[in-house]
Amino acid sequence: MSSTLIYLLNVFGVLIAVMSIAAGLIFLERRLLAVWQDRYGPNRAGPFGLLQVVADMIKIFTKEDWIPPFADKPVFILAPAIIIVTVLMSFTIIPFAPGIGVVNLNIGLLFFLGMSSLGVYSIVLAGWSSNNKYALLGGLRAAAQMLSYEVFMGISLMGIVMISGSLNLRDIVNAQKSLWFVIPQFFGFIVFMIAGFAETHRIPFDLPEAESELVAGYHSEYSGMKFGMFFVGEYLGITLISMLIVTLFFGGWLGPFLPPIIWFAIKTFFFISFFILLRASLPRPRYDQLMAYGWKIMLPLALVNLVITGGVLLAVG
Amino acid sequence: MFTSVLRSIWQVLKHTFHRRETILYPEEKPYLPPRWRGRIILSRDPDGEERCVACYLCAVACPVDCISLQATEDEHGRRYPEFFRINFSRCIFCGFCEEACPTYAIQLTPDFEMCEYERKNLVYEKEDLLINGPGKYPGFNFYRVAGLAIGGKDKGEAEREDPPVDVRSLLP
Repeated sequence: MSSTLIYLLNVFGVLIAVMSIAAGLIFLERRLLAVWQDRYGPNRAGPFGLLQVVADMIKIFTKEDWIPPFADKPVFILAPAIIIVTVLMSFTIIPFAPGIGVVNLNIGLLFFLGMSSLGVYSIVLAGWSSNNKYALLGGLRAAAQMLSYEVFMGISLMGIVMISGSLNLRDIVNAQKSLWFVIPQFFGFIVFMIAGFAETHRIPFDLPEAESELVAGYHSEYSGMKFGMFFVGEYLGITLISMLIVTLFFGGWLGPFLPPIIWFAIKTFFFISFFILLRASLPRPRYDQLMAYGWKIMLPLALVNLVITGGVLLAVG
Repeated sequence: MFTSVLRSIWQVLKHTFHRRETILYPEEKPYLPPRWRGRIILSRDPDGEERCVACYLCAVACPVDCISLQATEDEHGRRYPEFFRINFSRCIFCGFCEEACPTYAIQLTPDFEMCEYERKNLVYEKEDLLINGPGKYPGFNFYRVAGLAIGGKDKGEAEREDPPVDVRSLLP
């Protein structure tokens, strides 16, 4: 009985925590971008403008939810749900702290890679069902980008799997007790982080929604809460990638003095802020540059990292 | 390529400790230069009379037709507007009316805080526009320097004006 209760508490706790982090990121991103552009950002609603989150949510919930008459209606409605579902499913494998986390999956990392691949469907279907050339172009770009960056995202993680000998994220964290994997797997970390940016299609890899050329890309035709789902999905993606970077390369909950969950939160916050810092500082590359960068630099780098890691492990025994 | 990326990230990060450029407006008022083009006023000459002679030049110059007025004359032959109305919901604060005005009557002021909840409240009548001063041109009195004859001032009596020459007489 009590184990069921603890389980339910874990599930809903994680769900609520993750959703409120994603909502809070709207505020955090605006404030941090403002800081790096020498502005203040939203600071009127409530203390430090914290109620801006509430205002934004009320606004987006009460906006007209319009479905264009030329759209493919069932797919149009389904597409934003897919991104939320797939990203939230990925959160189930994250080990927040010992005892906190939804499932202890022995194929955790594989599950995450699968779910992030499924997330592409959301964007492609959104672009397709909108029946709009800009949306379709955005969807096409998203498909090409995410497919090519997923290849070495998987490969970059194999080094970790080889060292820790497990796909289970809890085992991976426990394997980092003596040394965080960012040191032996530095190139794996770099490649995974860049692939993570591409997976969440954040600036500088936001070509699917490139405002300057594609209106708003795949979500051009979306409004109201359907647009909000894509929006929240993007922030959930940032949170997910940050948490994964922390779990895989920066020792997850491990750390001295403070309770494990606090360490996890601090590290995650650092990487979320880094995501926003990159948005503030980097321009968007051209589409062919993006592709060339992925296939000609990142993929060989990931492969070399894999080979060297394997060689060293073989030599050490 | 990587060094330039890292460099730009570092440059942006340094902005965390820069001074904020934002002026927190309602608490902190921005500096408006004296020639700032804001709320339009009608000034008076140093004697306290209306400067406006209702020549319609401002209404003609106005690109959005927000000025409307009706000319009339008092018993001394002095022209003034019977009504003078500026619709500030149309006004674009271009300052053309000020440039067109031959008597420095209409002037733009450094003030922009004129929001209203109802559109009709943005229509300013002459009483709302007139101020009790000469505005940017303290000493200027149009009828004092103009050659026009009005009641109490005949031709040739204006400042730095010679008496009129009788062109039909040969005497010097």
